[in-house]
Amino acid sequence: MANSAELTRSDATAKRTLRVALVGNPNTGKSTLFNALAGMNVRTGNYPGVTIEKKIGRCNVGSYDVDLVDLPGTYSMAPRSPDELVAIEVLTGDAKHEPDVDVIVCVVNATLLQRNLFLFSQIVELGKPTILALNMSDAAEARGIAIDADQLSKNLGVRVVATSASKRNGISELKEAIQCELDHRDDNQSVVAGRKRPLPAEFYVVCDELRKELMERACTTGQNPIGNSKNDQNLVPDQYLIERMLLDRGGEAERRSVRRLGAAVLPAISAAREKLATLLGDSTELECSARYAWAANHLDGVVTQTRAKPHSATDWLDAILTHRLVGMVCFFAIMFIIFQCIYSFSSLPMDLIDASTGAVSDLVTSSVGPGMLRSLLVDGVIAGVGGVLIFLPQIVLLFFFLAILEDCGYMSRAAFLVDRVMVTFGLSGKSFLPLMSSFACAVPGIMATRVIENRRDRFATIMVAPLMSCSARLPVYLLLIGAFVPATSMAGGWVSTQPLVLMAMYFVGVVVAIPIAWLLKKTLLRGEVAPFVLELPDYKVPSVRVVFSRVWEAGREFVVRAGTLIFAASILIWFAGYWPGDHSRQFEVQREIESIAALDGSNSEGSDAERQATTLEELEEEHRRLSSSLLENSALGMIGRGIEPVVEPLGWDWRIGVGAVASFPAREVIIATLGTIYSLGGEVDEQDDGLIAAMRASKWPDGRPVFTVPVALSIMVFFALCAQCVSTLFVIKRETNSWFWPVLSFSYMTVLAYVGAFVTYQVGTRFF
Amino acid sequence: MTTLDQLMPGQFGQIVRVDGFDSIASRLREMGFIPGQAVQFVQTAPLGDPMRCSVQGSRIAVRSGEARRVYIEPIVKPCVASQS
Repeated sequence: MANSAELTRSDATAKRTLRVALVGNPNTGKSTLFNALAGMNVRTGNYPGVTIEKKIGRCNVGSYDVDLVDLPGTYSMAPRSPDELVAIEVLTGDAKHEPDVDVIVCVVNATLLQRNLFLFSQIVELGKPTILALNMSDAAEARGIAIDADQLSKNLGVRVVATSASKRNGISELKEAIQCELDHRDDNQSVVAGRKRPLPAEFYVVCDELRKELMERACTTGQNPIGNSKNDQNLVPDQYLIERMLLDRGGEAERRSVRRLGAAVLPAISAAREKLATLLGDSTELECSARYAWAANHLDGVVTQTRAKPHSATDWLDAILTHRLVGMVCFFAIMFIIFQCIYSFSSLPMDLIDASTGAVSDLVTSSVGPGMLRSLLVDGVIAGVGGVLIFLPQIVLLFFFLAILEDCGYMSRAAFLVDRVMVTFGLSGKSFLPLMSSFACAVPGIMATRVIENRRDRFATIMVAPLMSCSARLPVYLLLIGAFVPATSMAGGWVSTQPLVLMAMYFVGVVVAIPIAWLLKKTLLRGEVAPFVLELPDYKVPSVRVVFSRVWEAGREFVVRAGTLIFAASILIWFAGYWPGDHSRQFEVQREIESIAALDGSNSEGSDAERQATTLEELEEEHRRLSSSLLENSALGMIGRGIEPVVEPLGWDWRIGVGAVASFPAREVIIATLGTIYSLGGEVDEQDDGLIAAMRASKWPDGRPVFTVPVALSIMVFFALCAQCVSTLFVIKRETNSWFWPVLSFSYMTVLAYVGAFVTYQVGTRFF
Repeated sequence: MTTLDQLMPGQFGQIVRVDGFDSIASRLREMGFIPGQAVQFVQTAPLGDPMRCSVQGSRIAVRSGEARRVYIEPIVKPCVASQS
């Protein structure tokens, strides 16, 4: 009996992929360590129903296949929100649908060992096999801090591995340590000496009493207190939750037990807290002091300062970068250089992509005869997807700079510098990083608002984050600026108008965000100014791997979008522009043009050639006429005429209107839409290929050009302010857990966009 | 006894207590603001707020509002080293 049960159990564990979780304070080099262990083999997502980011990497540890779980950096395991509770449940194996974690690797910053052991003292209480990764040990050494890892291991009773992830030192030793823990995971000895108890003994006595009382209470109310810990109906919380309930006033552990057992438990909890206070003093102060004392005790004889502390490079850099005057100048210079680089470094790869799209288009044209299939491939797929893919270099560059700023430690200085400004319109310096990330994409930006503890600050940041000019707007700006803003140089060629207009477009969102945030904080999100506590980590050389993996993820995401969403949208829009209508005469003319063009050159004698040239011109004229009348009478054309009265005050024709409407799911679709419309309309001519030329040639029926500088600006302002992104709206829904906020966000931004574009056009026409 | 925001840039203090039970008070404690520790007020941000201080070897930015909750006894030089 026992044997067979044991067998099934070991079978089950053998089949299950083992899990190793990485936990640690922010700025411990945890992501670098995660990358060093897992390589590029990483999936990201979310835990169901909450906003904790789920980052899982695969790696081989000895003979084991291990799922490596990276949890967000945290200073403490005291849960203040349901999300933070999930992070703990992932570690203890209580999360729904989540497999157990077999080994916890607690990553600590060797230069701040005592501070980092605070979190470690909470981790060891979970009673899981734990390893301490003494990361950044090279930096500690450079500062003359010598750490006796063996002594520390003896003191703490866990394996201690010195690593420096950025130099890839100690990675194989860490894997060995993980393997040892996995080998012994079924022995009792692996959980070294059972649960550790860093707090005073009296505390645990009060805990046990509270637990007993809650058990009795659950029994008398007729509910079964003995539940499977995997089961959400489990009525009496785990030991760890009981402890947290006592320690955190108004914490998530307390709220959950009220949800499960009713408000009647509150007096029991306060009674226990009072008892604790009479025994040991105030509970909050008690925990922190006890844990820091525990850390200091366990560091006895471990850390020695071998030589005098050398003057820290970080302090020297901070003296410049956070200087009253120089610091602000540096801040603006850094932002300016980034925009200038994105604009200039991307032109070569963009030309390459453009050339290859053209080559593919030519190849299809030469191998497929005129007809529906060719039209679908060239006008739909290639014009649509190719037009979006061309912006890949810029997106890669933007994420490259953001990743560097974040990884080198400058981003938190930026928050420090601008906090005072952010406070005046109701946000905080902590909103800076999410808002800055939103310049790449609002989706990760909104997810990054989780660093803001205060709900009102967080929601205000979420509401204005989509106003930051994300990378999907960049294609729209670049297309219109490239086509319609003259490239005039100023200041001796150092500054040119095109990057300036681009920067101005980026400022539009920011300038509008200020009153919006201020208004929200005065009305819907009214309350006291939230506090601000932020660690400024040591500056470091950015990790190539971390930067590369960020850029890789962003690039892949963009290409996948181009390959799926935009591909599908391109085909839909092509179809709407193709149907209904009889294209047979159009294809016939096309065939004739091509046969004459093929003859051209081989047989060009005097009058014969002249005659051919005139027929060719006539045929081309007929082709253009046919194409545009077919497009105007297509489904797309009819929709366009329907919305023309609405978009006319903005200076737009029906084509732009269709483009704007089609891009409500994802704004970069406008490029694909315009590409398809002009391609189908036969306005992309042979000599001067491309969307820009077609747009420049585009005319109103009375012969005025459609695109003027005010029209281009009005389109850009519309795209700068409009909420044209389904993913963003869904992420707002998920992060705020309500439909109110995404609906509000969509409505206010759409109204703002229309008004903004209207004002831009009306004012613009007075000047140009 | 005074509060952290009353120090002059470069001055040290020894923490007596942190006021309050809310999440920000616990965050300050978790980040090393506990009784007995030495804290240095390094500088203020270019626009006057927040302020940068140094506790237990790490640099932490706090607004003056939070710094007011940290009660300290001014000292000439830290008697406990910032680490170990």
